Amino acid sequence: MAKKVIRINDATIRFAGDSGDGMQLTGTRFTEATAIVGNDLKTIPNYPSEIRAPLGTLAGVSAFQLMFGSQKVFTPGDLPDTLVAMNPAALKVHLRDLKKGGTILANSNAFTAKNLKMAGWETNPLEDGSLEGFTLFSIEMSRLVKIALEDSDLTSKGIERTKNMFALGVLFWMYNRPIEPTEEWLRKKFAKNPSVAEANITVMKTGFNYGETTEIFTTSYAVEKAELPKGKYRNITGNVAVSYGLVAAAKKAGKELFLGSYPITPASEILHTLSTLRNHGVKTFQAEDEIAGISAAIGASYAGDLAVTTTSGPGMALKTEAIGLAIITELPLVIVNVQRGGPSTGMPTKMEQSDLLQAVVGRNSDARIPVLAAKDPADCFECAYEAARIAMKYMTPVILLSDGYLGQGSGPWQIPDPKTLPKIEVNHPTSSDRGEDGFMPYARDENETRPWAIPGTPGLEHRIGGLEKENITGMVSQDPENHQLMTDIRARKVDNIKNDIPPSDIHGEPKGKLLVLGWGSTHGVIHVAVDRALAKGKSVSQMHLRWVSPFPSDLKAICDSFDEILIPEVNSGQLALLLKGELARKIHQLNIVRGEPFRASEIEDKINEILG
Amino acid sequence: MSETNVEIQDLNLTRKDFVPGNEVRWCPGCGDYSVLANMQKTLPVMGVKKENYAFISGIGCSSRFPYYMNTYGFHSIHGRAPAIASGVKLANPELAVWVITGDGDGFSIGGNHMIHALRRNIDMNIMLFNNRIYGLTKGQYSPTSLLGAKTKSSPFGSIDRPFNPSAVALGANATFISRALDVDAKGLQESIKRAQRHKGASFIEVYQNCIIFNDGEFSDVENKATRPDNALFVVHGEPMIFGKEQDKGIIMKDNHPKVVHLGPEWNEKDLLVHDETNQIITNLLLEMTFDTSTPTPFGVLRAVDGPTYDDMMVEQIEQVTKIKGEGTLEDLFYSGDVWEVK
Repeated sequence: MAKKVIRINDATIRFAGDSGDGMQLTGTRFTEATAIVGNDLKTIPNYPSEIRAPLGTLAGVSAFQLMFGSQKVFTPGDLPDTLVAMNPAALKVHLRDLKKGGTILANSNAFTAKNLKMAGWETNPLEDGSLEGFTLFSIEMSRLVKIALEDSDLTSKGIERTKNMFALGVLFWMYNRPIEPTEEWLRKKFAKNPSVAEANITVMKTGFNYGETTEIFTTSYAVEKAELPKGKYRNITGNVAVSYGLVAAAKKAGKELFLGSYPITPASEILHTLSTLRNHGVKTFQAEDEIAGISAAIGASYAGDLAVTTTSGPGMALKTEAIGLAIITELPLVIVNVQRGGPSTGMPTKMEQSDLLQAVVGRNSDARIPVLAAKDPADCFECAYEAARIAMKYMTPVILLSDGYLGQGSGPWQIPDPKTLPKIEVNHPTSSDRGEDGFMPYARDENETRPWAIPGTPGLEHRIGGLEKENITGMVSQDPENHQLMTDIRARKVDNIKNDIPPSDIHGEPKGKLLVLGWGSTHGVIHVAVDRALAKGKSVSQMHLRWVSPFPSDLKAICDSFDEILIPEVNSGQLALLLKGELARKIHQLNIVRGEPFRASEIEDKINEILG
Repeated sequence: MSETNVEIQDLNLTRKDFVPGNEVRWCPGCGDYSVLANMQKTLPVMGVKKENYAFISGIGCSSRFPYYMNTYGFHSIHGRAPAIASGVKLANPELAVWVITGDGDGFSIGGNHMIHALRRNIDMNIMLFNNRIYGLTKGQYSPTSLLGAKTKSSPFGSIDRPFNPSAVALGANATFISRALDVDAKGLQESIKRAQRHKGASFIEVYQNCIIFNDGEFSDVENKATRPDNALFVVHGEPMIFGKEQDKGIIMKDNHPKVVHLGPEWNEKDLLVHDETNQIITNLLLEMTFDTSTPTPFGVLRAVDGPTYDDMMVEQIEQVTKIKGEGTLEDLFYSGDVWEVK
């Protein structure tokens, strides 16, 4: 029987299974194959904070979602079209998100009485007719895998573990993806254990052929290449993109990169990535705690490296005092906060945008700091690069806000030509900069930045520290007028960064009824919602902030061109709070804190509610 | 014994080169003055360029030290100096890095950074001013104050068991440990010289008198008259002898150090001989610290070789670069699966 191929514009797939079922890997392989086909895409993992919650439990379900399409894809998709459920718990947790009429691919062998009970199913949903509204493919994956690997020398446990490759093979067939890249990848990954590589490849092919030959599947889907700008691409997660941005900035500045960090979810991948880059001269220092991580970075900055510390919310809390030290000593430093749900330990693996106020104002005293936020995984590269450039240009610590959704989510990244990256000029004073009265460590240039004199330079010996310093001379000073002056200078230095912020982009008309204003990882979902509203003829535009401190100088004028302003945030209204003072007008808010991103429909509904 | 990588050369430096113009603001009579003077006297003869010294401190009376040294200096935040110094050394291994800290800064709020800096054996010198009291905050007990110490925050006597800082350093596997007295110029200079030359993390514990809040804490060893009978100055390879008449020594009895009088019953050959490379001897000396039946040991208590973090970092960068080649941005950007949109 000839099978139908239906062309679709986009698809959203969610892989769900037990933590040990390899769902992150399966999703990643599907993503790579999809990228190679030329679709635009976005991905997001969703996994429990426990490393291995008890097998088969709801707590132990791990998932990976991607959306891919023939047009620009802005989010990993709201509700999946297809759900892969490797056990009853995965189906239980994720069924509520599946689109009406969506497709379920289930490993029926895992739907045993014991597993059903553990997941809270009273009867087997694969058999009791309760999934009638969906397209259900109930496949004996475990048994088919066993048959396929009859001649393999793998243990029965090892054989069972390959079943994710079966599901992957079926999906490769269903969405017309090539299996060769994964084949190659498996051979490389298991180079030392070829029998494991071959077993996985056999199973993946079995899955693919199962789709092609069995009669239960009648239809497969094709998604055309997306019209992306010309160039070379690779898929990249936000955390890797941050790492690359920092390395690029160090190289362009002629600096060695130093990272002082302490492992924390969901930021650790930056430490992992940078620690592989010794041949790029990258020094990674896994410190004894968060405070030592930033302190070592401050020391490295003082001694002339491009210094960075990376963390998530609770770690930011610990670093707070040291951030103040970097502010008063006016040393360049990049502080990356990959935000997660809080307060306290909160929800380590879930996303939130709730550290904005902490970043902008969360320190003792008047201690302003530049803060920027990335909008998607690829943008993490540019933001990290920009953070480093600004830190060195203005001699200041800079906070870069990412979040778990960006850090661990991925999307295509158009690989830049290193030669076209913005210039980063660093000038260290030399012995000849010592004046008649000695060296002046707090002398000011046109941006009011002080010189970055590094130890080892003859004749520039000087002392810095956490005590207030006299402007110009750098002598310890408790003088009232001087403290006023230094506080004002530190604030002006942050404001001066406005000169480095290009005019803001507006998606939609530059004036109208409603402006949807966002920052950080909500960019994609707001974009989709605004596009839908525009398609319905609504007067709505989108502005998305990269810099949240200082705000771009055109912000107020743009806001003034709209009747209403809506700020959607995955927090309880932090940007809205900051802007109420700045704009002095009514602001509509849309706030969620569920540990997950917005759905486009939620923002679309709010737009409709405001515009009537 | 391997020596520090910091470049050594003949330089025409004098004490004056290390004295900045500003006024020193410790209390008159404070033990810190002597330590500062001996540092300024010793560094010029170490053969290290002045611009290659970096003094890093935390918070407390002693942490004002960098302001009084005409070198690069960083007066940072409470307890974090060893961590900041670690970053300084890793960014530029050519620097001779000194950490100046106190018993509160280094062993209370900064205890974690202290033990890890020592454990990693980063080539730096950590000088602890131990006065067994919080001075800058005006007289509360510290983590080295003895049990029963009456202070502003322990009016009925401290019930907080103290650290023996040098023993903590040994527990952290420090490769160099010495102890000196603020009033003993010779001992201080010897400790400073040996620490500066030592490759790896050096720990110097200075017994320092706080004239305002804890005056006389170390009077038994500070007082010239009683010092010889209460202090044991150890020398590598020499028997442990002390006393005004050099007539007392330390033997091992029942696995504990014991004081004996030299004479018909005991002679020099019976005494323990100091071996700064032997951890058992170092342990034994440290056990004598709080033991009232034995003298307090001073001098270089331990000096052993150990791989340093900073050396290993440089070596690893070299090795990986040799294998993988010097990384370029193109290598990095194209390290994943790349596709082209035409």
